[in-house]
Amino acid sequence: MIVAQPKPVKEVADYIKECAKVLVVGCSGCTSVCLAGGETEAEILATALRILRKKQGRPLETLVTTITRQCDPEFVAGIAEKVSQVDAVVSLGCGVGVQFLAEHYPDKWVLPALNTVFAGGTVQAGLWEERCGLCGDCVLHLTGGICPITRCAKSIQNGPCGGSQNGKCEINPDTPCAWHLIYEKLSALGRLDLMLEYRPAKDWSKERSGGPRLVQRKDAEL
Amino acid sequence: MGDFKPQIIAFCCYYCAYAAADVAGSLRLQYAPEVRVIEIPCSGRVDPVVILKAFEEGADGVYVAGCLEGDCHFLKGNIRARKRVEYIQKILSELGIEPERLAMYNLSGAQGDRFAEIADEFTARIKKLGPSPVKVGDSL
Amino acid sequence: MKSGSNLEKVLSQGRFAVTAEIGPPKHASAEGIINTAKILKGYVDAVNITDNQTAIVRLSSIAAGVHLYNAGVEPVIQVTCRDRNRIAMQSDLLGAYSLGMRNVLCLSGDHQKFGNHPQAKNVYDIDSIQLINMVRGMRDDKKFQCGEEIKQHEPRYFIGAVANPFADPFEYRVMRLEKKINAGADFIQTQSIFDMQRFEKFMDMVRRRGLHKKVHIIAGVTPLKSARAAKFIQQRVAGMLVPDEIIERMEKAEDQKAEGIKICIEQVQHLKTIEGVAGIHIMAINWEDVVPEIVEKAGLVGQHVPVIS
Repeated sequence: MIVAQPKPVKEVADYIKECAKVLVVGCSGCTSVCLAGGETEAEILATALRILRKKQGRPLETLVTTITRQCDPEFVAGIAEKVSQVDAVVSLGCGVGVQFLAEHYPDKWVLPALNTVFAGGTVQAGLWEERCGLCGDCVLHLTGGICPITRCAKSIQNGPCGGSQNGKCEINPDTPCAWHLIYEKLSALGRLDLMLEYRPAKDWSKERSGGPRLVQRKDAEL
Repeated sequence: MGDFKPQIIAFCCYYCAYAAADVAGSLRLQYAPEVRVIEIPCSGRVDPVVILKAFEEGADGVYVAGCLEGDCHFLKGNIRARKRVEYIQKILSELGIEPERLAMYNLSGAQGDRFAEIADEFTARIKKLGPSPVKVGDSL
Repeated sequence: MKSGSNLEKVLSQGRFAVTAEIGPPKHASAEGIINTAKILKGYVDAVNITDNQTAIVRLSSIAAGVHLYNAGVEPVIQVTCRDRNRIAMQSDLLGAYSLGMRNVLCLSGDHQKFGNHPQAKNVYDIDSIQLINMVRGMRDDKKFQCGEEIKQHEPRYFIGAVANPFADPFEYRVMRLEKKINAGADFIQTQSIFDMQRFEKFMDMVRRRGLHKKVHIIAGVTPLKSARAAKFIQQRVAGMLVPDEIIERMEKAEDQKAEGIKICIEQVQHLKTIEGVAGIHIMAINWEDVVPEIVEKAGLVGQHVPVIS
């Protein structure tokens, strides 16, 4: 999933300082799962924004709603009536959600309440970790299911580098060295031969470096 | 400031603090009349939105009272409540509201005297802090 | 004097500057560069060295700059943001300065998609405007980009930037130019001008904002080799506009090369008359030997005495 983090309330409050009424839109997708932008977080943010404005003697009116997925035009279209009532829309979706809202409601200011951080998962309650670099050319079949693109600070493909010590990465003693993990995993699986194979330079054109990407399925078109 | 009568909301767990309030009552203990007690099934049930709304609607102080750590009827509800209170304290700081206006207390159902003590202690703290900045802004 | 470079001296004395451009070779010999330098010497005030232009691997712009410098021609080192992060860029700026380089031209750089390594990962750690600001900070504030003090021997470059009056949105182009000036650009070299009307309009907007008084604007020209080349630029190169009249003129010409040179000379003579144009930048890549002829016939010869060596 996409993992996001709330922006400081004051920052969001600053985006909407000219507004009298805003719509706070939560997302029941990824940002809800990472406890950054679901129904509860939308209510908390709306309440916090109102408190801040009340404190300043300039009350703010809020509408709060949460939609199934902000990255889907179908759900985004469903809140048109609410959007029409406000000066601005505050989105607790990821960067995609904010853009879909902004695109669908071109006359409204749509503002982000979150910082979108990475594609990852819940490793334990309250802890999310980056696991995928969205490189467009997966190598997990060669690395024992451990991604060197995201989990190695240098994205090294023929690792580990000389900074690997006691299984930890030189950038942070709490960060496991991805290539150490890969080594151990491949060793346990009896596939250390994969460690010896030379990995040629990666084709980064499949990644964001190559420009904005599209995925198309003709058969799925309506 | 002398005649400042704070509005204080106490979210009290049914299994401990709320029972302790009963004990305090039956013992005829005097405690700060500013405290309004709200019964909740477990301190862990307290919702951040509810606490924030209390501040929005003019509370000068809010506290959550749950069982002694290790004695939660629902095992870990009071631990969760403590972490949640810390989380909301951070939000309050961000909003420019003193985080001390929100507190977490732990006591058992038998501690009527401790209940009265907490009520007095917290009320004194809020009196010292003065009216909530939310209220002050609202009267502008 | 900010840098004391020859180009800075020429421009600050109000003399009409002439610069040219060399694309370094795709091999490890400097012979060609040195020969071109000999051809250009005396006809130009400085020569730009491209930095892996169109994202094709070439001899490094700094190394080529040194060869040029040793041949008695002042180089303008081009630096793009595509291949190096702020650490490498600053390191190279220190190194280049120690080798005698005094002019730098800051650009974003063509996307690697158009080059010979489309699979490369791009860097773009900082953008061209941030790069300008970084070079200015190193010179004027004696600070690295991170804010750390450069205790001694800060590199004092004459800072160039590019402007493309032919990219869109047109109205924004002047604002972006202003942004570059505010970031620290001392001189500007424009994209090749073919559409004189549009450039006049651009310069009019520049003058209305008084930008020509804050920065030296050097107008870019490219002699066309053939009608085919002109058509290619018109149809395939983003951000370049070639009016149909020029293509027709080229097509009708008996000697297309001669016609291309003639058009270029006319353009230079026209550009000289535009208020706010401080010089001319001749981009005749792979056709550098045509530069002396253009300079001569445009009546710009005789004033470009190289200051160095």
